[in-house]
Amino acid sequence: MSASLTLVLIMAALYATGVYIMLERSLTRVLIGFVLVGNATNLLIFIMSGRPGSSPIITGTSGDADMVDPVPQILMLTAIVINFGVTALILALVYRAWWLAQLGDEGDTLTDEHAAETASSAEQDFRSSADDDAAVRASLDGGDHDDPDDHDDPDDYNPDDDAHDHGAPIRPGNTDAAR
Amino acid sequence: MSLATILVPLVVAIPLLGSAITLALGRRTVTQIAVGVASLATVALISATLLVLVDQQGPAVVHVGGWQAPWGIVLVVDRLSALMLLVSAVILLGVLLFAVGQGIIDGDSDTPVSIFHPTYLVLSAGLFNAFIAGDLFNLYVGFEMLLSASYVLLTLGGTGARIRAGVAYIVVSLVSSILFLSSIALIYGATGTVTLALLAERIPALPGDVQGILGLMLLLAFSVKAAVFPLSFWLPDSYPTAPAPVTAVFAGLLTKVGVYAILRTQTLLFPGNPFQVPLLVVAALTMLIGILGALAQADIKRMLSFTLVSHIGYLIFGIAIGTPLALAATIFYVVHHITVQTTLFLSAGLIERVGGTTSLARLGGMLKAAPVVATLFFIGALNLGGIPPFSGFLGKFALFQAGAQLGTPLAWSVIGAGAATSLLTLYALARAWNMAFWRPRREIENYDSPMLDRLTDDPHDDGTVVTKTVSPLMVGATAGLLVLTIGLTVFAGPVFDFAARAAADIEAPSDYIEAVFPGGTP
Repeated sequence: MSASLTLVLIMAALYATGVYIMLERSLTRVLIGFVLVGNATNLLIFIMSGRPGSSPIITGTSGDADMVDPVPQILMLTAIVINFGVTALILALVYRAWWLAQLGDEGDTLTDEHAAETASSAEQDFRSSADDDAAVRASLDGGDHDDPDDHDDPDDYNPDDDAHDHGAPIRPGNTDAAR
Repeated sequence: MSLATILVPLVVAIPLLGSAITLALGRRTVTQIAVGVASLATVALISATLLVLVDQQGPAVVHVGGWQAPWGIVLVVDRLSALMLLVSAVILLGVLLFAVGQGIIDGDSDTPVSIFHPTYLVLSAGLFNAFIAGDLFNLYVGFEMLLSASYVLLTLGGTGARIRAGVAYIVVSLVSSILFLSSIALIYGATGTVTLALLAERIPALPGDVQGILGLMLLLAFSVKAAVFPLSFWLPDSYPTAPAPVTAVFAGLLTKVGVYAILRTQTLLFPGNPFQVPLLVVAALTMLIGILGALAQADIKRMLSFTLVSHIGYLIFGIAIGTPLALAATIFYVVHHITVQTTLFLSAGLIERVGGTTSLARLGGMLKAAPVVATLFFIGALNLGGIPPFSGFLGKFALFQAGAQLGTPLAWSVIGAGAATSLLTLYALARAWNMAFWRPRREIENYDSPMLDRLTDDPHDDGTVVTKTVSPLMVGATAGLLVLTIGLTVFAGPVFDFAARAAADIEAPSDYIEAVFPGGTP
């Protein structure tokens, strides 16, 4: 079996730095270390497939002896997927640990300081959708009479402007979510 | 295609399918419970059928997707796998019922059930996959499935204590997984295959030092998972923080997968027992240091975690001896220990509910308050301590007999360590019984006893919490598992005969290899 020296050196460097970083106390560094070591292992599997050769998928283009061994590639692919999943899980854990370090267990029970704003803006959304209904009805009636809900300038009434005031376009779905 | 080969893939497919369904039905708790219980019950039935079929017809082999080994994935169920499948399916079912009972009482505040059921079923699928894997890489995938699920279960709810415990557990598990994957890569490089049946022929043909490195790497990777001394320190700190049912299933099954993997690889891939002396030393140290740790604990859950570590030593002892009798005793002991340790952890869960704490310093009067829980804990404790006529005694006796047959001074000293461990286990559990159950409640204040003098409490103990009621389902599930341990005692003869046949299979693996490669190995 022959292997590329470059790959071997890269693998060794990844293993060494990865293990070194994993020894740190910080969870984020442990995660980075894990990613490095995981990739070093993938390289190790890849090196075990031996010398480079032609693609093993296409038959008839080259002799069997020239093809590269496909099994390590399959193993690598599976290992990459597993590492990806575990990395995502550790990221969630890092976030949670950070959250607890900042706020403690009470962090979950703290009241949302924006709760009042959220409620009042939802209220406004409801009111403005009622305004919309009134405006639509008024235009459907074809009447040129005054807006019943005393807008500043009823003649200049524009639903888009109104939506812009509240930071989000007001559509039935949006108000449903707010409700 | 025989019946057995149809059933083999189902033991993994059914829990995974159940997991998908329960995930989709996240808000319908009752349906989730029904799906979870139904999938595990089906797997238990399938495993029982497989056990009978495999016992009569020899190993059942499935070449997944029609790809022949060594290129395709191969699933093999021999007697050992079938036995492990059946026991773990029954235990998983029992613990699930316990968890459901607890969830109903708590109104799902502590354990968010919408995540619990799918994760639990993935854990089951991973376990079953590890037991039926016919190649090293599939074994690795099985391990990863159950480990990923266990990460989620251990940190369920995301409280500070659980995240702390979870981080240590996850990092240790990751390191051992990487070690396992690296050794798979090296084994592939040395032999050109990962199929166990083919490795059984190719590894013994390698030079001795290469064999030694490969064997040691696999052994290290599995020893971390099995919590073998000195790689066991992560266990007592991480298990007890999880919810009671999760701890019970971890304690019963997760370490045993590591033991199963050691048993499988050491007998199949490294015949001739090259690591006998180091394994014997490690077995004795695991037993003694584990049980000495248990003696120092005031918290029942932590104490049980330490006894779990120490009893892994018995299993390593059996594997180290490696004779057919020793392997049969090991298999019998694995089955015994899975059931009894799970039962004890569930009983500890019940104690926590009734007494509001698991600290011996603050428990008392439980015999009066909860006679049923007391009985459950007492019988389990006697069984774990190895009092005749329970299965714990029978398993230890068979192990010691096999050790005596080996007859070296080292084997005798391990037997001595084993006997001492057994007595100390009994001491630790009897002390828990005396303090928690026999001591009247009014004597807890200012209680002075040399037995409580030097105990260390759980560092993250929350103190006594408001007690909640115990549901009949929780007691029923624990009692059901206890009946199973007693059944193991009553039917010890047939079970041990089966274990002996399973041991004969793995000790002389020609049938196994013949089943995977009917026309001879390539």
